[in-house]
Amino acid sequence: MGKRFLMKGNEALAEAAIHAGCKYFFGYPITPQNEIPEYMSKKLPEIGGVYLQAESEVAAVNMIFGAAGTGKRVMTSSSSPGISLMSEGISYIAGAELPCVLMNVMRGGPGLGGILPSQSDYFQATRGGGHGDYRLLVLAPSTVQEAVDLTMLAFDLAEKYRNPVMVLADGFMGQMMEAVEFRETRAEGLPDPAEWAVGYMKQRGSRALIKSLYLDPEELEAHNWKLQAKYAQMAQHETRFESYLVDDSEILIAAYGTVARIARTAINELRGEGVKVGLFRPITLFPFPYEPLENLPASVRQILTVEMSCGQMVEDVRLAVGKERPVSMYGRVGGMTPSVDEIKDQVRKALGR
Amino acid sequence: MKETKIFEKPKSMIDVTTHYCPGCTHGVAHRLVAEVIDELQIQERTVAVAPVGCSVFLYNYINVDSYEAAHGRAPAVASACKRLLPDSVVFSYQGDGDLASIGMAEIVHAANRGEKITVIFINNAIYGMTGGQMAPTTLVGQKATTCPLGRDPKLAGYPIRMCEMLATLQAPAYITRVSVAKPKYTIKAKEALTKAFQTQIEGKGFSFVEILSTCPTNWGLRPVDATNWLEEHMMPEFPLGVFKTPE
Repeated sequence: MGKRFLMKGNEALAEAAIHAGCKYFFGYPITPQNEIPEYMSKKLPEIGGVYLQAESEVAAVNMIFGAAGTGKRVMTSSSSPGISLMSEGISYIAGAELPCVLMNVMRGGPGLGGILPSQSDYFQATRGGGHGDYRLLVLAPSTVQEAVDLTMLAFDLAEKYRNPVMVLADGFMGQMMEAVEFRETRAEGLPDPAEWAVGYMKQRGSRALIKSLYLDPEELEAHNWKLQAKYAQMAQHETRFESYLVDDSEILIAAYGTVARIARTAINELRGEGVKVGLFRPITLFPFPYEPLENLPASVRQILTVEMSCGQMVEDVRLAVGKERPVSMYGRVGGMTPSVDEIKDQVRKALGR
Repeated sequence: MKETKIFEKPKSMIDVTTHYCPGCTHGVAHRLVAEVIDELQIQERTVAVAPVGCSVFLYNYINVDSYEAAHGRAPAVASACKRLLPDSVVFSYQGDGDLASIGMAEIVHAANRGEKITVIFINNAIYGMTGGQMAPTTLVGQKATTCPLGRDPKLAGYPIRMCEMLATLQAPAYITRVSVAKPKYTIKAKEALTKAFQTQIEGKGFSFVEILSTCPTNWGLRPVDATNWLEEHMMPEFPLGVFKTPE
């Protein structure tokens, strides 16, 4: 095991990005993720990088567009209302096929909402948020260590697919402190930015063109199908999930992020009481792990989805299991969190005990 | 007989017909930019950021590394690109709707940060591509499709003078307003563009060239009349001159 550091989640996310080779950060302050830009503003100049505080999230995401067009590793971070403002730009980044990492430390909405943890941006993260048929790769860590690991993976995936990757955390993960280790990993065989990025005209012998406009409908349709083929590749190769005590379970809890962690404690306690309950935890929210949910062991009779939202991921769970098994949903919102006891009660209720 | 070539298309210009309307001065402005890029020998390290508007297809005509920015955001795109590639020469090319309306925040803050970029601002006092709606620079009394009786300052305020406004900031190095409506102005416009690019190359800071331009189609004028209209009506409202210059 390497050296471990006790770090606040937001700072660990920032340090993970630096470990992944990200030297360029553009962002705008918003609670509860301010430790990320603050950390970057101190660290990046020390390593010859760029920290730039934009005049708005709108400007920040367009700075990311400009920075990502150079093919270097770049990122921004924000929280829910800020991601809404960035969504137009994210659509342009996806349309122009630029690699970048976006962090969303979710807080409660809608509107100005609140500043406490939430998971109510699942739809926004997985269904677009901005306009057009585009997808983000969405990674949902459940611990600070996993947030570190997934952040480093996010940069590799962004480059591999030339697509924005979102690390979808919540306010808990941003604010809690845990021991973390930075494991140096870097995928091999990633595309060379010299093939497509700006700044290589002399080397390449031709200019780069970073754009998303295709006025000819046939061209735009072809561009869309090309993007869809890429998303299909992501679904084939990048789907990640965790199963915990699934094999003999009567009931499965489906949960991601911090809620999955709370659910795990509830499961351990229920198992002590003899209740056969397990956990299905999507790690990638796009691509969503539909297939493992379609092929559950026969013992699993029903699924309880627990979220810090009014019911968003539950729609994907229902899509996966269809009418085969009943799917129920328990949510707390607005910065309220499902407790271990509440989850245990919901499981007992679902089982009629 | 020995032939001497005295006039040719700039090397940085792509040899195609532009999509611009007859009498539109975008073509002249594009050519001047390409000539300056050639003369400064910076084609391979120049990056253009195109706006949303008639000149979204800037990259179809100027052969340099290019971005197509979201509406109004070109200065943000250009700022980041320049910061990551300090040896490049980065310019945005924006119309009045793009720069002075939807993109007001981005231009003001890029200027205020003293970004080492060059911004070329085409002011023709109207929205061209969308078909002649009122712009922030539309003159008082000037008719547009969204102010059919002429711009009424009681309802729509007054034309925004970008050079004067940006010149109140401390950081910008070079701010000037020129025109390409007639050859006598065009010669000065090229000098301004050269100086703007040089300001950037020498690391002196932010440079801004406003070019008063014509839009005969949406002004409802013949091309020649449009150049006269620009002189008679736009120049008093938007006086040509240098508002800031590097020491």
